[in-house]
Amino acid sequence: MNAGTKFAIGAALIVGSVGYLMASGVKQTGQYFLTPTELSQKIAVDPSFYNVGMKVGAHVVRGSVTKDVATQTLSFQVTDGSARYPVVFHGLPPDTFTDSVEVVVEGRLQQDGVIHATNVLAKCGSRYESVPKA
Amino acid sequence: MTVLGNLALWLALLVGVWGALAGFVGGRQARPDLAHSARRAVFAMCGALLVAVFALEWALFQHDFNVEYVAAYTSRNLPIFYTWSALYAGQKGSLLFWATVLSVFGSLALVLTPRRHAELLPTVAGVVALVASFFISVMLFGHANPFQRLPYTPLDGSGLNPQLQNPGMVFHPPMLYLGYISITIPFAFAIAALLAKRLDADWLVAIRKWTLLSWLFLSIGICLGMWWAYVELGWGGYWAWDPVENASLLPWLTMTAFLHSVMVQEKRGMLRKWNLALIIGSWLLSIFGTFITRSGVISSVHSFTQSSVGYFFLAFLVVAAAASFTLYAIRLPLLTAETQLESMVSREASFLFNNLLLIGIAFSVLWGTLFPILSELVQGTKVTVGPPFFNQVNVPLGLALLALTGIGPLIAWRRASLPNLQRQFAVPATAGGFTLLVLLVGGMRDLYALLAIALGGFVAATIVQEFARGARARHRQYGEAYPLALARLLGRNRRRYGGYIVHTGIVILFVAFAGMAFKTETEATLRPGESASLRSPYGHTYTFTHLGISQYDALNRQITAATVEVRRNGKPIGFLTPEKRQHVDGLGRPTFQPSTEPAIMSMLREDLYGVLGGTVDGTEQAVFRFTINPLVWWVWYGGMVVALGGLIVMWPGGSPAARRAQAGYTVRLVGEKP
Repeated sequence: MNAGTKFAIGAALIVGSVGYLMASGVKQTGQYFLTPTELSQKIAVDPSFYNVGMKVGAHVVRGSVTKDVATQTLSFQVTDGSARYPVVFHGLPPDTFTDSVEVVVEGRLQQDGVIHATNVLAKCGSRYESVPKA
Repeated sequence: MTVLGNLALWLALLVGVWGALAGFVGGRQARPDLAHSARRAVFAMCGALLVAVFALEWALFQHDFNVEYVAAYTSRNLPIFYTWSALYAGQKGSLLFWATVLSVFGSLALVLTPRRHAELLPTVAGVVALVASFFISVMLFGHANPFQRLPYTPLDGSGLNPQLQNPGMVFHPPMLYLGYISITIPFAFAIAALLAKRLDADWLVAIRKWTLLSWLFLSIGICLGMWWAYVELGWGGYWAWDPVENASLLPWLTMTAFLHSVMVQEKRGMLRKWNLALIIGSWLLSIFGTFITRSGVISSVHSFTQSSVGYFFLAFLVVAAAASFTLYAIRLPLLTAETQLESMVSREASFLFNNLLLIGIAFSVLWGTLFPILSELVQGTKVTVGPPFFNQVNVPLGLALLALTGIGPLIAWRRASLPNLQRQFAVPATAGGFTLLVLLVGGMRDLYALLAIALGGFVAATIVQEFARGARARHRQYGEAYPLALARLLGRNRRRYGGYIVHTGIVILFVAFAGMAFKTETEATLRPGESASLRSPYGHTYTFTHLGISQYDALNRQITAATVEVRRNGKPIGFLTPEKRQHVDGLGRPTFQPSTEPAIMSMLREDLYGVLGGTVDGTEQAVFRFTINPLVWWVWYGGMVVALGGLIVMWPGGSPAARRAQAGYTVRLVGEKP
């Protein structure tokens, strides 16, 4: 066997393992990124779609935020205009979290209809660009 | 001054477009008049853009809030340091910064490149002028003109985002930009070489320093970004596989691959197609990174606001990729290898595997970054992957790469013999095994961390062995004392031994990354006098006692700070004072959301990281998060060693004969006739 063939085998091994690692990585760690409407549709089609890790991107419903600093519990509602879900989160919310931002909630929807979040990201489009005050 | 700025931008665009035309036509038809004209056009563009930068800085320092950009990013009470850096803090200003720096680099390349590459220079000038003109047109036609005036004059500007008010943020973006921008120079040479059909190893020599320079800037920029994220964002880590972080890593990976594979081309005349593809790919990835940062197409904490500027970049990216790869494809027949791979156990084979791994990592990072978009296109549902995906894929690949870092330099070119292998690997392999044993006895059980540190021991031993052998040889041959022999060894073979120093930095980084496998944290709500405790991976117990809250005003912010006493195994070792800051403008009105300022106690073995989450209903009861981050200090140290090694490799000098000898010389086996 010449060196070129041997090298091709080695290269195929590397390319194969990169491919395998990527495929299994997506399979094991991929999460749906849904809007509340898409989530409610999923639930309607597949009633067992609970307790699945996912991300939900939506607006926080204005005035729905309650913070209990002592127990570090944050509850609020998210909506995309049509569907609406309550969210409970334990931990420190990001600095940019207010009741008027877009958020990405990472967590699981449980049978009680509440999204139990493990992470809340405030997706603030103008993060580094404050709006000039008129 | 905005009149001057606008004028300068228009002038720069006009000479830029002319320079592009003259450069390409002059290069193709070998017309000296056009070639000269293109060269002067780049200089003129550079001058005009520097005037524009001056005009913008003038407006910033004059607090001319009638200029929209000045009002949006500065305020009267902003420290002067940050007023200066507001030049590149926003979308519009950073476009100006990009174009200006590119024209400066382009001018330098035209001046500094030796005469024997003169044939390539008109086209290089053309490419630089074209790319810079694109950036200027985005400013002028993409609603991104930094000299835009407002219909009214605000009393004060809205100030710079507090998270950007950090020394790391002053240097991190320009370093990354310098890295992104300087890749354009090797790319321009690649295009020129392709057009001129001068595809020998010679043009590679002309761009080696530029690729190194841009790699060095990217490395420093990425490290500074990690440092900024760590000390400013308060989530307790330095790398989150965020799309924008990934975007900066991508060209770094392909450039690293190029810096290795280029040696194979120089010594063995192989990989000519591959190297050109890497240069073109690196440049496209740097434009892709700029696109990701600006378009908001993938949400990220680092990106600028979503804007139409993204479409300009997407279009540019597509056109540039199509054009450069078409040219590449046309020239492929000219790019055949001069020699064949002779053995799997050879330096060139190990470089090939190193390249495959680096590109594999780059591909998986690109894939993961784009996955939300790809999955939505294919399946109709957005699926995202996060840090677990990137870690799961890249930790094994990274470890394989680390192993090659040790193996590659020890294997001879062309083909290695068994005695050669035994002689080279006996000590390092023993050192690696010994490290593993010590860690196992010490109680470490995390597989990846064990592998990372043991491989680190192996690679470190190979480097020490190389230095020791080289110094001993000089000692024997010239009778030099060992310290002198070591210094001369480094000075006379900067490329090789500087490279080893970079590898040392990489080893330190890997070991430091492995430390994060043992991160521990706790969240606690404490009244004054109450405490929380954490056990460090080394077995110490840290106790954090909340002493109280203080509130005070500083230059442009109101601060709420908690004082926390830290004890290690009961003995006081210092205080942490994490803060919450509310920034205010010159009139005392709050600007931005309150921001978190973590307190960090950095030690050789671990960092203590405290975050103040907030106070409970205005009392002194407060919510904290305390984290123990092992070996973080070594990340910054490793980054510095990498940069130092890069500088040594880059340092000008060495005899011209030696430099020429490095390019295009062939490797002869022992006993082989020339």
